[in-house]
Amino acid sequence: MTVNMTKGQAISLQKNDGGSLTAVRMGLGWQAAPRRGLFGSRTREVDLDASAVLFADKQPVDVVFFRHLVSDDGSVRHTGDNLVGGVGQGGDDEAILVDLSRVPVHIDQIVFTVNSFTGQTFQEVQNAFCRLVDETNGQELARYTLAGGGQYTAQIMAKVHRSGPGWTLTALGNPANGRTFQDLMPAILPVL
Amino acid sequence: MTAELVRGQNHPLSQARLEIRVSAGTPIVAAAALSDENGRIHGVEWVAHPGAPTQPGLEVSRQAAADHRLAVDLDAVPEAVHRVGVLLALPAAGAGPVRFGAVAAPFVAVTGLDGAEIASYTITGLEAESAVVALELYRRQGAWKVRAVGQGYAGGLAELLTDQGLPQARQLAGGIDDAVAQGLARSVQAPPPRTADGDRSRQAAAPALGPDQGGGAPQPGQAPPASPYGGQTPGGPGQPVPQMPSYPGPAPDPDAVTQSSTPTAGGPIDYSHPRRQNAAPPPPPPTAPPAAPGQPAQPVAGDATGWSMDERLYNQVWGMFEDLARSTAAYRSAVDFAESRMDKELEQVLSDPRSRIGGQGDAAREAARARHAQLVAQAAEALDRDLAQLTAEAEVVEPALPPAYARWDSPVWHDYRVPMEIPMALRLGDLHLPEADGIRIPMLVRLPLERGLWIDSGRTGSSDGSFADSHALGRLAMETAVAHAARLLAVYPAGEFTVHVIDPAGSGAQPLAPLVRTGVLAAPPALGAAGVADVLARLTQRVDLVQMAVRGGAADSLPPGFDTSQQLLIVNDFPHGFDDRAVNQLRYLADEGPAFGVHLMMVADREESSGYGPLLDPLWRSLLRLTPVPDDHLADPWVGHAWTYEPSLVPPGSQVLQQVLAQVAAARTKYV
Repeated sequence: MTVNMTKGQAISLQKNDGGSLTAVRMGLGWQAAPRRGLFGSRTREVDLDASAVLFADKQPVDVVFFRHLVSDDGSVRHTGDNLVGGVGQGGDDEAILVDLSRVPVHIDQIVFTVNSFTGQTFQEVQNAFCRLVDETNGQELARYTLAGGGQYTAQIMAKVHRSGPGWTLTALGNPANGRTFQDLMPAILPVL
Repeated sequence: MTAELVRGQNHPLSQARLEIRVSAGTPIVAAAALSDENGRIHGVEWVAHPGAPTQPGLEVSRQAAADHRLAVDLDAVPEAVHRVGVLLALPAAGAGPVRFGAVAAPFVAVTGLDGAEIASYTITGLEAESAVVALELYRRQGAWKVRAVGQGYAGGLAELLTDQGLPQARQLAGGIDDAVAQGLARSVQAPPPRTADGDRSRQAAAPALGPDQGGGAPQPGQAPPASPYGGQTPGGPGQPVPQMPSYPGPAPDPDAVTQSSTPTAGGPIDYSHPRRQNAAPPPPPPTAPPAAPGQPAQPVAGDATGWSMDERLYNQVWGMFEDLARSTAAYRSAVDFAESRMDKELEQVLSDPRSRIGGQGDAAREAARARHAQLVAQAAEALDRDLAQLTAEAEVVEPALPPAYARWDSPVWHDYRVPMEIPMALRLGDLHLPEADGIRIPMLVRLPLERGLWIDSGRTGSSDGSFADSHALGRLAMETAVAHAARLLAVYPAGEFTVHVIDPAGSGAQPLAPLVRTGVLAAPPALGAAGVADVLARLTQRVDLVQMAVRGGAADSLPPGFDTSQQLLIVNDFPHGFDDRAVNQLRYLADEGPAFGVHLMMVADREESSGYGPLLDPLWRSLLRLTPVPDDHLADPWVGHAWTYEPSLVPPGSQVLQQVLAQVAAARTKYV
C-alpha cells in the first residue's frame, strides 16, 4: 500500500485500527547527480540531513538531527549522519526511528525535514527519496521521490501527529530553503 | 574562543605568559628569536634554539619533534625587544623531507598557561621553503599582539636569520643544525610519535623524546620559568622529565611514521597487521538493552550484549541508567510544558475583560488547572509504567551482581573468594533521582581506574546540617575511602593491587584500622612531613621508572622483583604535612600516575588548601569527586540530570569488611 507522492501532495494516512502504528522510520537516500566532466571525481558530494522536530502545542520541545542523535526522552533516534549519500541504489542513507509508544505525553506532532547541508539544491541530487516505513512490519507507508526537484535546498517531508489514541501520518513535501532545521522553523510553523 | 588567523592577520594578547604549540606531521625544529622595533636580531643571545634552548623570556625544545610547546614570557624579554618571532625549520640532517611543500601544513597555536587557545594559524601555501617565520608577537602601544606571518625561506634558517639582520646568521644556522643532528641521533631509540596529527587540541603534545633526552633540563613543554616539576624530580637530576605518551597505546599509526629512522631498534618483530590491530574490537560502549516490545517482558539479569556475564551485567546496568535518565526526561519535559501552558492560560484569563463577568473567569481558570492536572497525570502514568519495569529489572539484576558490582550488604560478599581476574568495573556507590526514589542505579566505573578519586570531606551543598561537626564529616569521609579501597583490594587478584596511605596527623587511624589490622597495606600509614615525603618520593620514582621503560620500549628491563601491581595512594588531611615540593609531587602523580598504574584517593576539604590558589585547580578537576553523604553532584551523559550519589558503605556493625580483607591478606601471603 505504498503511496507514491508527487511534489507538494498531502495525503492523510491513518491506520484503521488506530493504535497499531507504534514505531515508524523515516528513511532518506540519495546520490549526487553526475556533472559534466571527464571523470567521476568531478561529482560533487552532497550532504543531505534528515531531522525530526518534536512539538508540544506548536512549541518546539526537542530536535533530533546529526548533532543530537537521540531525543532526551529516548523516543526518537537518528541512525547517524551520512555526509555523501549512497554510492549504490536503494537503501536508506539516513534514518530516523520513532517509537511512538514512548513519545512523551505532551508531544503532539513530530515533523520530519530534509536539508541540504552543503547548499546544493535538490536539482543536483539524484535518486533521492524519502520514505516512511512502519517499523513493526517493515511495510512502506509512503514514499516521496525528490528527483527532478527544484531550486530549493530543503523540504518539509511529513509529520506524525496524535489523533485520538493513536497517531496519524501526513505527507507534506513542502519545499523550503535552509541549511539546518533551524532555518526551516518559519516554514514548519504553518504546517503544524 | 580561538581566533583562527589568516596570513597577515593579528590578534591582541592579554596575557604575558604564553605557550606556543606547534604540530607538524613530521619532526621539525622550532626556535624563537627576539628582535628590535626594526625587526633586527641583535645577536645570537637573542635566539632560543635547540643548541641554546633558554633565553630571557623564551624556551624551546632541544631537538626536532613533530609537536612542540614553546614557552614565552613577554614580561621577561628585554626592554629593547619589540618582536618575538616563532621560527620553524626542517632538520637539515637525516633523511627527512627538505621542503615544507612535501609535508602537512604546520599548525601553530598561541595558548594561555591553562591550555586555552587564544589564536591559531595553519601555515599553508609553502613550497620549496625549508624555514619559515610562523608567528610574530609584537609590541604595539604598550600591549602585545600576535600576527600570522608565514614568511618562508628556501635557503633555510641561514637565509631567514640573515634576513633578520643577524650578523652571525650562517654560523648560528650551522650550530642549530649540529644540535638537531645530535638530538636526532639520540632519539633513534625512541618509540615513534604517538600523537595523532588530527588531534591538535589534545593536551599531550608529546615530542618524540628519547629516554636519555632532556636530562636535567626543565621540561620544554611545561611553562619553564616556574616549572613545577623541573629539576625537582626526586630521582635526581638524571631523571627524564615527564611526557605524556598514551600508554599502553595502540599500535602506532603507520602513516604517522614518516621517517625511516624511527622504528624501535631491536624490538621484537610485530607480526600483526597494523590495520587489523586497529580494527580489533574496542571495549564495547555501554549499550542499552533492547526496548521491551509492547508487553514488558519478564526482566532477566544479564539481558544485554557482552562476551561474559561480567560485561553483560555491566551493559545492562548502564542500559538501566540510560532508560531511567530518559524516562525521567520525558516526565520532566511534560510537567514543565504543562506548567508553562497553564501559566499562559491563566494570564490570558486575567487579561481578558470578559472574564470579569460572572463566573466566566473562574471557570476558565478551573479549566486551565484541569488541563494541567490531566497532562501531569498522564506523564506520571507513563513514568510509573517505566519505573515499574525498571524496578522489576533491578530486583533481578541486583542479586545477580558479582562482588565488584554488588552492595556491601549483598550475600555475595559472604561467599567472597579472592578473584583470579580483574573485573570490568567497580561499584563506587548508588545513583538515584527524586522522581524514582526506589530505584538505585549502581554507579559502575571501569577498571583500571582512569582518574583518581576525591572523597570530599568538606561541607557539601546538600548536607542537611546533620553533619554540623566537620570532624564527624571528615571521619565519615575516611570511612568511605576505606570502603572503596577495601573493595579495590578485594576485586583485584592477589598481589595485583597495592594501597599506600598518607595520614600526616594520624587523624584517620580509627577508620583505617580495618586496613592496618589485616595487614593489607603496603606499609603502615605514613605520618608527619617525613612520611609524606618518603611515600611521595617512592611513588614518583616509580612513575618515572615505568615511564622510562615504556618509552624506551623496554618494559621487561624493569629491575627484578619490581612490583607491577596497580598502586593506590590514600591521602588524608591534605594539605596537612605537605610542603611545596610534596604538593608538586602530588600534582605530578595526579597528572602522570593514572597512565602508569598509580592512582590518587584524596580525602580532603578543598577549602583547607585554598591558600594554594588556582595552582591546585587542575588537581581537583582531574579527580572524580565523591561524597561521604548523599549529594546530587553527578550528571548522566545523556540528558545531564543531577543524580544523587550515595557511597557504598559497609552496613553498621557488619564484619564483612574485616572478613574480606582477612582473605585478601591470606591470599597475598600465599602469593608471595
